[in-house]
Amino acid sequence: MKIFFASFGSALLFGLGLGLSGMTLPSKVIGFLDVTGPWDPTLAFVMMGAIFVHAISFRLITKRTSPFLTTSFRLPTRNDIDSRLIIGALVFGLGWGLAGFCPGPAIVGLVSGIPAVFVFVASMLVGIYAYRFVSR
Amino acid sequence: MNWKTSLDALIGGGIIGLASSFLLLFAGRVFGVSGILGGLAFPTKGDALWRVGIILGLMTAGFILMITKPDAMAIVPNGPWWRYSVAGIMVGFGTQLGGGCTSGHGVCGISRFSVRSIVATVTFIAGGMLVVAVMRALGVLA
Repeated sequence: MKIFFASFGSALLFGLGLGLSGMTLPSKVIGFLDVTGPWDPTLAFVMMGAIFVHAISFRLITKRTSPFLTTSFRLPTRNDIDSRLIIGALVFGLGWGLAGFCPGPAIVGLVSGIPAVFVFVASMLVGIYAYRFVSR
Repeated sequence: MNWKTSLDALIGGGIIGLASSFLLLFAGRVFGVSGILGGLAFPTKGDALWRVGIILGLMTAGFILMITKPDAMAIVPNGPWWRYSVAGIMVGFGTQLGGGCTSGHGVCGISRFSVRSIVATVTFIAGGMLVVAVMRALGVLA
């Protein structure tokens, strides 16, 4: 149960960060991607802030032999570039630009009750199941 | 773009980085929302509870934002519903195929200096810029 509260707390903070930063506004996300229009580079600062903090803390945290609540750190170890990575990221990026939502902000935005957010999240689940179906 | 929103973006980003660090420190997990959702779509014993915590935490943040900062979630661009459906399917499928999204690759992966995440992030930002440029050319964006 401790891990539930640790995850819940992290995600609560994460979601508030998304809200403060402007990532929960699809119009702002599309503005960031709109390089042939009135480009709004503000959201580049979100990534800078997040990476600056996490790049430092990641190194400090992983000096430990294990996390507080589990036996080991579960981190990706691959470093090869394959077509799945490129095609997957491209398909994700096209969808991201089309709606202005990526997975985190969409889940945060569910509470707003805006129908477009529900349609997006439900369709995202369809996409996740579709992937598992075709990749079997 | 102005000073206030740029500073909010920087601080908000810092909070996102901090939140990802808490998850790593306590649970040893990467804060990648698409991966967390993917694991929850096909749950295995002992691996679902922390993922449920993440989803409920994000939704609770949304609830708090609705009360304290309602303008943070109110603006959705106009467009037919199928646009959000097509977009959602692409985001769901693409993130599973590419092994991550903005949080997992863009924040956590780049912070580890992962080559895969850097390549993925450049690719999905380019994809997003491409589709927005097409929408602008077609007059879909105001």
